[in-house]
Amino acid sequence: MVNENLVKDVVKEPYKYGFVTDIETEKISKGLNEDIVRLISQKKEEPKYLLDFRLKAFKKWQKMKEPDWAGLGYKKIDYQDIIYYSAPKQKEKISSLDEVDPKLLETFDKLGIPLTEQKKLTNVAVDAVFDSVSIATTFREELAEHGVIFCSISEAVKNHSDLIEKYLGTVVPASDNYFAALNSAVFSDGSFVFIPKGVTCPMDLSSYFRINSGDSGQFERTLIIAEESSSVSYLEGCTAPMFDTNTLHAAVVELIALDDASIKYSTVQNWYAGDEEGIGGIFNFVTKRGKCLGKRSKISWSQVETGSAITWKYPSCLLLGEESVGEFYSVALTNNLQQADTGTKMIHIGPKTKSTIVSKGISAGNSINSYRGLVKMGTKATGARNYSQCDSMLIGDQASANTFPYIKSQQPNSEIEHEASTCRISEDQLFYLQSRGIEFEEAVSMMVSGFCRDVFNQLPMEFAAEADKLLALKLEGSVG
Amino acid sequence: MQNKMKESDPILEVENLSASTDNLPILKGVSLTVYPGEIHAIMGRNGCGKSTLSKIIAGHPSYNITNGDIKFLGASINSLEPEERAQSGIFLGFQYPIEIPGVSNLEFLRVSTNARRKFLNKEELDTFDFEELVKEKLELVKMDHAFLSRSVNQGFSGGEKKRNEILQMALLEPKIAILDETDSGLDIDALRIVASGIKKISNTQTGIILITHYQRLLDEIEPNYVHVMSDGQIIKTGESNLALELEKKGYEWTDNFIKNTK
Repeated sequence: MVNENLVKDVVKEPYKYGFVTDIETEKISKGLNEDIVRLISQKKEEPKYLLDFRLKAFKKWQKMKEPDWAGLGYKKIDYQDIIYYSAPKQKEKISSLDEVDPKLLETFDKLGIPLTEQKKLTNVAVDAVFDSVSIATTFREELAEHGVIFCSISEAVKNHSDLIEKYLGTVVPASDNYFAALNSAVFSDGSFVFIPKGVTCPMDLSSYFRINSGDSGQFERTLIIAEESSSVSYLEGCTAPMFDTNTLHAAVVELIALDDASIKYSTVQNWYAGDEEGIGGIFNFVTKRGKCLGKRSKISWSQVETGSAITWKYPSCLLLGEESVGEFYSVALTNNLQQADTGTKMIHIGPKTKSTIVSKGISAGNSINSYRGLVKMGTKATGARNYSQCDSMLIGDQASANTFPYIKSQQPNSEIEHEASTCRISEDQLFYLQSRGIEFEEAVSMMVSGFCRDVFNQLPMEFAAEADKLLALKLEGSVG
Repeated sequence: MQNKMKESDPILEVENLSASTDNLPILKGVSLTVYPGEIHAIMGRNGCGKSTLSKIIAGHPSYNITNGDIKFLGASINSLEPEERAQSGIFLGFQYPIEIPGVSNLEFLRVSTNARRKFLNKEELDTFDFEELVKEKLELVKMDHAFLSRSVNQGFSGGEKKRNEILQMALLEPKIAILDETDSGLDIDALRIVASGIKKISNTQTGIILITHYQRLLDEIEPNYVHVMSDGQIIKTGESNLALELEKKGYEWTDNFIKNTK
């Protein structure tokens, strides 16, 4: 009996990052073939091993089939109708921020990510990626003093080629899946992080991804390496303009943690989700995986997924090192006709490895929100443990929530625990809060953030506040 | 004494109120007026419309008013949202307080208190100032500070939930409190705690409506008026001794009363 219209109004929120920056861009022609792959590599002046990497990936991709096991419904993607490289035109070599097109700086300003020396965020180093290229990275010198490398992946290819050659594609091989193969063939830019042995990164690192062009795909690639006993907290944010066409985003993120190293990777994903009728929005097909290579290493994923028309994303951990730890904390909010299929894979290979999964899905409108996860205990994973908790919350009576937990165990001496629940915001709960003077919208958002609290607690401070605000915004509407 | 009370304006006027849910009539012409300082008891069988009356006054969206009016401090409130009614000083103590998982009781109480304070043009309280205030009020209902860090009503015993309701009443300082079977499910000690809490919060400026089945709450808090409801109507109104009579004779006695009047 919940007043459906009222709830519908509340979850309706205009997308406030939907503007387009009017800037001259350099785009290559539409379509994908071997020459395009060569052209991208050439534009980026890449060494031969990387071109080979791309070409091999492209060949594999051609033989692969787009996966359909998630049962997502969307118009078939025409891969020949996409522009694979798009970059804002600027001077060949930029030596300082002063030379960056003010329009770009303004764009990031508007997104709340000021980059200029005077205004830049004081406690976070930012790598700003606009369409296919990295625009600027702040705090580079300060980080360099600690031996931390934080730059765009294109720069890393030029300046730290040995590390790229050693690690690129070792966590997510080019042949891993259809979208990873595509990314490996055409990836344009992304962030690179290297934390040397024994160093605790002095500040949070952050990448901000902005899609601006309507007809180009975004294929960024992120690689983070944490050497022995080092640690880093990395944040990722994303927005895109509102177009009535769909934009493809197929990223690959690879994390590598050596002995006693820890990587915390947090995402607030707010790509444009399409309108109420499901027109437009980003197709987000992302492969994120971390490799706990070292003993007692730890990789923790936390994500707040609120945007995209389609989300297909399973940040995972390969737990190789003895006593290594993998974590996955996720909030996914879907509304209108959004579809999210997200979860994680925890692959326990080493002994005494431990993983925790906490997933909170909130579905409103006519959306579909699914958790899909795999916990696997390999033959050598003696004494390994997993705990999973998957909760779904339904708002209104048109939305759906699914949980698909897959469990495979080849090791009797291991423990897997799984809990799941589904709840609905009831009229009685809303009335109770309202009868205590709390506005309808605030009541809904209080319950939603209460529901997500276990996950928000895992986010870095500033991010948690932002996530809370973002959910409230998404749920805020025209009531009263 | 009574005449003196009535020199002031009424807090609540329910005028010939009829209401239905899913086209099923529940209230069939209820009238009730509460003046400052008065305590009214409403008694009656399950399903007679007592709880419905309380929910309608608080603005529950499931009910439609088909006739009559509800006035609070002289103005009709029929078109106000539940939160507006609460902010302006109408409090409903729930028979079955609702559990809200994940929302901390402290935060809930603070947001709620501030919504009321904002309406009263009082300064909103930050977490620290609110802690001070709530500490003082916890004492009234003999609740432990640990309750504040738990989720709203989640895992609370029946008695704890009811005390939490009275704690909310103490914080919100309503003009009128309608307490729906606040005594049900309480043992005798908890009943005394709740009753003494209610007495401490109420004063000559506030009105209270106690909805109850039992005399034992009315032994603790003596009402000025007792109303007996049956089939969506108030069929008899008397002073506190009416409740005693009802306890002795049972509701069958009121059935006879309906027959007689008809």
